[in-house]
Amino acid sequence: MISKGDTMLLTGNHAAAYGAMLAQPKVIPIYPITPQTPIAEKLTEFQLEGLLQAEFITPESEHSAMAACISASLTGVRVFTATSSQGLMLMHELLHFASGSRAPIVMVNANRTFAAPWGFWADQTDSLAQRDTGWLQYYVENPQEALDTVLQAFKTAETVLLPAMVVFEAFYVSHALEVVGVPTPETVKSYLPPYEPKVMLDPEIGRSFGNVVDQKTYCQHRQTLDLAMEEVFDVAKNADDQWKGLTGRGYGLVEKYRCEDAENIIMAMGTISGTAKSAVDKMRAEGLSIGLLKVRLFRPFPVQELRGILGGRDRVIVLDRNFSPGNGGILHQELKAALYGLKSAPEIFGYLAGVGGVNVTPEKIEGLVKQSLSGQSSAKSIWGW
Amino acid sequence: MKHYEIAEERVFLPGHAACPGCAMALALRYILNTVGLNAVGVIPPSCMGPMMGANPYSSMRIPIIHNSFESSASTAAGIKRAFKARGKDDVHVLALAGDGGTYDIGLQALSSVAEHNEDIMYFCMDNEGYMNTGTQKSSSTPRHAYTTSTPGGKESRKKNLVEIMAAHRVPYIATTNIGYLDDLVYKIKKAKKMQGTRIVVLLTPCIDGWGFPGNDVATMSRLAVQTGVFPLYEVEDGEKYTINHGSQGMPIENYLKRQRRYRHLSKDQIEEIQKEVDQGWQRLQKLANL
Ligand SMILES: Cc1ncc(C[n+]2csc(CCOP(=O)(O)OP(=O)(O)O)c2C)c(N)n1
Ligand code: SF4
Ligand SMILES: [Mg+2]
Repeated sequence: MISKGDTMLLTGNHAAAYGAMLAQPKVIPIYPITPQTPIAEKLTEFQLEGLLQAEFITPESEHSAMAACISASLTGVRVFTATSSQGLMLMHELLHFASGSRAPIVMVNANRTFAAPWGFWADQTDSLAQRDTGWLQYYVENPQEALDTVLQAFKTAETVLLPAMVVFEAFYVSHALEVVGVPTPETVKSYLPPYEPKVMLDPEIGRSFGNVVDQKTYCQHRQTLDLAMEEVFDVAKNADDQWKGLTGRGYGLVEKYRCEDAENIIMAMGTISGTAKSAVDKMRAEGLSIGLLKVRLFRPFPVQELRGILGGRDRVIVLDRNFSPGNGGILHQELKAALYGLKSAPEIFGYLAGVGGVNVTPEKIEGLVKQSLSGQSSAKSIWGW
Repeated sequence: MKHYEIAEERVFLPGHAACPGCAMALALRYILNTVGLNAVGVIPPSCMGPMMGANPYSSMRIPIIHNSFESSASTAAGIKRAFKARGKDDVHVLALAGDGGTYDIGLQALSSVAEHNEDIMYFCMDNEGYMNTGTQKSSSTPRHAYTTSTPGGKESRKKNLVEIMAAHRVPYIATTNIGYLDDLVYKIKKAKKMQGTRIVVLLTPCIDGWGFPGNDVATMSRLAVQTGVFPLYEVEDGEKYTINHGSQGMPIENYLKRQRRYRHLSKDQIEEIQKEVDQGWQRLQKLANL
């Protein structure tokens, strides 16, 4: 039975905070940074109102916040945190530590440009630069999806024992007010079982973590990370399906919008997908065979699913709100690698659109699509802002 | 001086992989014995790393997390809070870090943990340098000491960690070393009964990094106290200083000449060190209202 819960007007930050509160984490180490701060503030409010009974740790840096996340998680409790940009960068060493320790922390990251120069704008490079750290990465489009995905992330992370990031863009999501369905605590309880790991730091269990190992053990350990990542596709898909059964809302690991029979596909992550949907509608009305593919789960990268969907299409137009100097758009690179060797692979066009938080309008997207229709694709991403 | 019985609980067992005779290993034996089995340890990269022995075995009968170099204090706080959330607030959480991991890269995290008075015991194994990486200086390395990163002798003086942490007004700070095992055990027992951030700084003379024979660790530990280089004292709530063992007026040369790291010292340099040690000892006595 679908339970409606409450309907509220929430920003992406507050929606994520509702998701976190409903998951009832036991330890929350957190450090403020624009544009994530309202998450921390809202959680503190929940605690004051008695809606949350967590141990808050407010240390001197994101680095210490993540250190405490890891050790608290390994002591057997559910842990939540949130950060952005500089904070995420400061955590970098410990992000590897978290996945290597198999600590299923859930962290929201509000995508923000990083210095230099200073800016506070929507750009996904901060989290994409962490793609090799062994964290799951979900890119979400709006406040509702943020709330739903925080809960799905806990379920998935705790099943495969890997940490998970739920990522959305600065201001476009973090501060945008939208109508959000907030599930009841009962719905969440029936969805998300308590976190009760078998192995944890406890004198009664006596297991230790992280000692020096030899090369072979290290290699084997990396391989188990690979296996856990491989498991994510099914686990995350089930978590999404179950959530849909309970609330009527499901998204898929990749979301297809008017893709059936589309010869041309726009591919994006985050808010550009929302904008692209209206561009698709308009171009469809004008007779162009086009759809949108939103990549929601970026790590692990759903290679097989993408190959299945994209084989036989004419063109993919990748819009990257991120930039890896020296190799262009990151989704563009990843897609080229994913489709390599696929017979009937589409031609791939990569545009750097919205880097640095530049607004990407439906007209802009139409323009880039048209440019690709008449031009030749190139291995290099094209600045299309 | 009262003597305390040193019980052998065998929480730390044979099989560590540190240098034979290492002062840190001996210190660890008495720390773990005194704290007992209801504990979890945090060990950052340092010479404490090899104390556990080779994976998958462990020389310690308590769970250990090998954490990142700079976050021992915050890692310990995370564990303690999680135990609190689990209703197991009686578990002791021990950070066991080196001087590099404390005076230098981990000071920021320690400061925050101390300011919040997180309920942990923090042990700094102070061997006055980065020994695990081959004897580079730390901010705990004393003036004029040779290290591989100060081949001409270190130009700056040793940082006063105890005073920095005392300024945080934590409930308990103590200095001790294995030259005075009764003192060491007494202080750990005392810290164990208290709550909040408790910091114990242990001078652990390093056979390899300081350059002296392996059977001299206890002598070196005692000389450090008798010459006034490393007085053993306690600071409660940042205010109440108690000196347990201090300078006996023995000239500093007795301590310096036994160590390879001071082999190059000129007479002037020895005098300079003597002067600094004397000043430090007088300052401490003043703080203790003696
Ligand atoms: C972030 C980081 N930087 C550098 C290192 C390399 N490193 C490992 S141990 C160590 C020195 C440790 O010195 P100290 O804390 O005094 O412990 P000791 O080895 O003397 O016992 C260094 C620099 C590291 N592990 N992590
Ligand atoms: S190098 Fe020094 S501190 Fe390290 S194990 Fe050897 S004696 Fe102990
Ligand atoms: Mg050292």
